[in-house]
Amino acid sequence: MKRTAARNVPLAIAVALFAAVPFLSNVSVPLVFDGPLGSLGTMQIIAVGLIFAALAMTFDLLFGYTGLLSFGHTLWFALGLYLPAVLMVGAGAPFGTALLLALAACLLLSLIIGAVALRTSGIAFAMVTMAFAEAFLIFVERNPTKMFGGDEGITVAGSLLPQAVRGVAGIGTVYWIALVLAVTIYLLLRQSVGSRAGHVLQGLKENPLRVELLGLHTYRFRLLSFVLSSMLAVLCGFVYLLVARVAYPGIAGTDFALLIMVMVVFGGTGRLWGAALGGFLYGVANIRLGSMSTAAFGEGLPQWISGPLQEPPLYIGLAVVLMMLFAPEGLAGLIEKASSRLRARLAGSRRGRNSGAAPSGSGGTPGGDGTETALAASGQR
Amino acid sequence: MAMNDVISLLISGLGLAGIYFLLASGLSLIYGLMRVLNLAHGAIFAVGGFVGWAALEYLPVEPDWLRFTAALVLATLAGAMLGILIEKGLLARLYGRPYAQMLLTLGLAFAMTAFLGGWLGHDPLTLKQPAWFDEVTVIAGSRVVNSRLVIVGIALILFLATVVFLRRSKHGLIIRAGVNNRSMVMALGINVSKSFTLLFVIGSGLAGLGGVLAGVFFGSVTPELGTQQLIFAFIVIIVGGLGSLEGTALAALVVAVLQQFVNYYGPPGAGDLVTVLLLAVMLLVRPRGLLGKVAA
Amino acid sequence: MTRTQASPVRSWTASTSVLSLRNVDVHRGEAHVLRDVSFEMPPNAVTALLGRNGAGKTTTLLAVVGLLAATGRMSMAGTDLKPLKVDERVRQGIGYVPEDREVFADLTVAENLRLAMRGPESQARLQQVHKLFPILHERAQQRAGTLSGGQQQMIAIARALLNDNKILLIDEPSKGLAPAVVTEVVQAIEQVKATTTILLVEQNLAVAARLADHALVLDQGRLVYSGPMEDFARDTEATSRWLGVDIRPKAVGGRGNE
Ligand SMILES: Nc1ncnc2c1ncn2[C@@H]1O[C@H](COP(=O)(O)OP(=O)(O)OP(=O)(O)O)[C@@H](O)[C@H]1O
Ligand SMILES: [Mg+2]
Repeated sequence: MKRTAARNVPLAIAVALFAAVPFLSNVSVPLVFDGPLGSLGTMQIIAVGLIFAALAMTFDLLFGYTGLLSFGHTLWFALGLYLPAVLMVGAGAPFGTALLLALAACLLLSLIIGAVALRTSGIAFAMVTMAFAEAFLIFVERNPTKMFGGDEGITVAGSLLPQAVRGVAGIGTVYWIALVLAVTIYLLLRQSVGSRAGHVLQGLKENPLRVELLGLHTYRFRLLSFVLSSMLAVLCGFVYLLVARVAYPGIAGTDFALLIMVMVVFGGTGRLWGAALGGFLYGVANIRLGSMSTAAFGEGLPQWISGPLQEPPLYIGLAVVLMMLFAPEGLAGLIEKASSRLRARLAGSRRGRNSGAAPSGSGGTPGGDGTETALAASGQR
Repeated sequence: MAMNDVISLLISGLGLAGIYFLLASGLSLIYGLMRVLNLAHGAIFAVGGFVGWAALEYLPVEPDWLRFTAALVLATLAGAMLGILIEKGLLARLYGRPYAQMLLTLGLAFAMTAFLGGWLGHDPLTLKQPAWFDEVTVIAGSRVVNSRLVIVGIALILFLATVVFLRRSKHGLIIRAGVNNRSMVMALGINVSKSFTLLFVIGSGLAGLGGVLAGVFFGSVTPELGTQQLIFAFIVIIVGGLGSLEGTALAALVVAVLQQFVNYYGPPGAGDLVTVLLLAVMLLVRPRGLLGKVAA
Repeated sequence: MTRTQASPVRSWTASTSVLSLRNVDVHRGEAHVLRDVSFEMPPNAVTALLGRNGAGKTTTLLAVVGLLAATGRMSMAGTDLKPLKVDERVRQGIGYVPEDREVFADLTVAENLRLAMRGPESQARLQQVHKLFPILHERAQQRAGTLSGGQQQMIAIARALLNDNKILLIDEPSKGLAPAVVTEVVQAIEQVKATTTILLVEQNLAVAARLADHALVLDQGRLVYSGPMEDFARDTEATSRWLGVDIRPKAVGGRGNE
């Protein structure tokens, strides 16, 4: 019981901080945010961060439960934006009906696609899910039905949304919805996946994409995980639609699907809060980097340097490369290492001249048992 | 269906198949041997396309077919160089951790694509192809654009060269055996990582060259060229069967020709979507792929 | 540590020992598979590694080759094996014949053999191998996967004979083979045993008794016997206790236990 309580302390602090944001209309965080925290612009950015945090966690559900890596998770997020948008704008459905219909359609679709994709595992599963996500992007961009908006996307006029989330004032409401979404998904997944994700990921470090655990799960169980994680991503899409008020191709397709994975990895694989942290930072950084870099750099440098410096994906990509080389456990790993070192230091100073270093709390690399190289593991049968 | 269209679409399909093969074969063998999924493969492909574009634009070489040859060589070299840098400089440091390796190549893919886009823009850059490429040759009564024939010819030569390399050379032998059972190859006293480096370099070189051919095929190059084609390469790999070169070649043909025909006769984008449908059907009836040996 | 009364443990000094293991432990996943295993192998003799299913015999060979990580010390003819990678260890002179043969099914017989050839002397040895197993010469261009189990076993053994190895590690060469084929394989091993050091894993006690000079017996990952093969095979109490075998060794060709 005590441990559960201790576990909830950081969560409670985080929730309290986020809940305080709307009331801090004269606190500003220079460099990070333009306006004060309580301003609508900043709240909108933080809301996006929360939604991406939730999205990154839903990715962890499938990964954590089944060890299956999806390269097409964004399909569900994109459907969560596109289907209600099409139903409202194209077909004139009222907001609630549009959401319900979209949910039903996604449920059916995730059952079908899951049933097909789960006939593979490992790397083939990654490729297949990527193909489905990309197919949706192609469908949207080529727009054969003339309903999906093509490159422009579908803008949802405020008048189509419920009063509470409409207009400038609605941003406050949407902020709370995003916070509830992120916290709910966190609690839900912590209950079910939390420890497991870490477990599977430990295995992945040795022998990725072919986790032996796969054998433990029945097809139906994996399908259930797939559908559940997909539907939660659809919910994230709904909320994002309320913030963005446009369904646009940028969040569909391979690039964004891989970005979701980058968020999770950057934050720290194997820890739910790591995924959340990664998603949040990406959501905020993407908006801010986009507006900062175009203004800041470029003067006086040759085009081949100044041009790329204005591309946010350059920083994201390089960060991932560095992370893999020097801190493969992600931000969460770094934080845990730092905090356990801090705790060791504190404990050490309290105990006086106890020189023995406290055992590090972080997972670290388990004693390599090299099973991957065993002949038996290498296939042939 | 007019017979003319059929033949010219078939040849277009063959050309596209060659491009898919160049991209997919490297990816599939690299994964088969070391379980490294190289997500930067598409970016290398795009770099090759841009090197080809730059060579055709700026190289003061005459006549133009010689310039085109130079473009192919330079793009291949650029791909191979990138391959060495990535494998020796980065992937080797993460030896035995394929998950981290894959993510590293993902980061590289983002960075390389952003670099190309930031430097040369995201709009399509038109390739200055030799004049003869735009002319048509009449084959069996149907008019075929010459550039298609060039692509088919080059792809065919490279396919045969790949087959000969894999069948005849010692490294080829090691690669084929290693895809099957890498541990046993090591247990015969063979340093597999040497052959892997070679494979990575050759695969990257072919991807670079493939980028130029894709530039010729589509008429222009964009930084996103690699990612787009990577998807179809994935489809080809799964349909053909992981780790099987012959399967990859066969699937490249099936996917590309189907795509060409449906794109021509169907609504916009239908051909691309049909390939995904083909993938789904394939998984339902034969999850191992056409000639696959491993179930991934 | 329990030992049977059959014989005192003989020990060889490190300089004459071809393969030496000291306090070797191996973990596979959660399982602690080898526990504190130490033994020495004398040159130009066959040492049988015996034990029930799951005792850790295959694991021992995998650890020597380097396909499984192990703690403790391991050396071959005075060379420390621990810092070497799999291929480096093998090039020091190990010929490995794995449990399930592991031939490359898609490669031809000739290609399977060519893959194992290292130096120029391999070419001369290929002639000898073809004399030993004529079928490998006749079927050189056939895909290895289409050969019978016995023929595949011949490829697996031939691969180990193509180089001037210091030691052969042979894992259950008689597994799954018909009696006549077992005889053929046993005869082949007999032909090479005079000039080679062999560590032979064998479930078939009759085969082991015929081929081996010394015996090592594993039980649940611990070495429980080390001594002359003859003494062990004659000790019915020991064989039934450690191998679960009651029958007397009979003529080669019969299937001992199974
Ligand atoms: N890949 C693996 N992961 C975990 N444990 C394993 C693995 N392979 C084998 N083991 C365990 O290690 C132990 C020893 O296995 P090993 O294959 O060495 O036995 P063996 O003596 O060769 O048996 P057999 O006569 O059946 O071939 C067994 O208990 C087995 O369950
Ligand atoms: Mg065994």
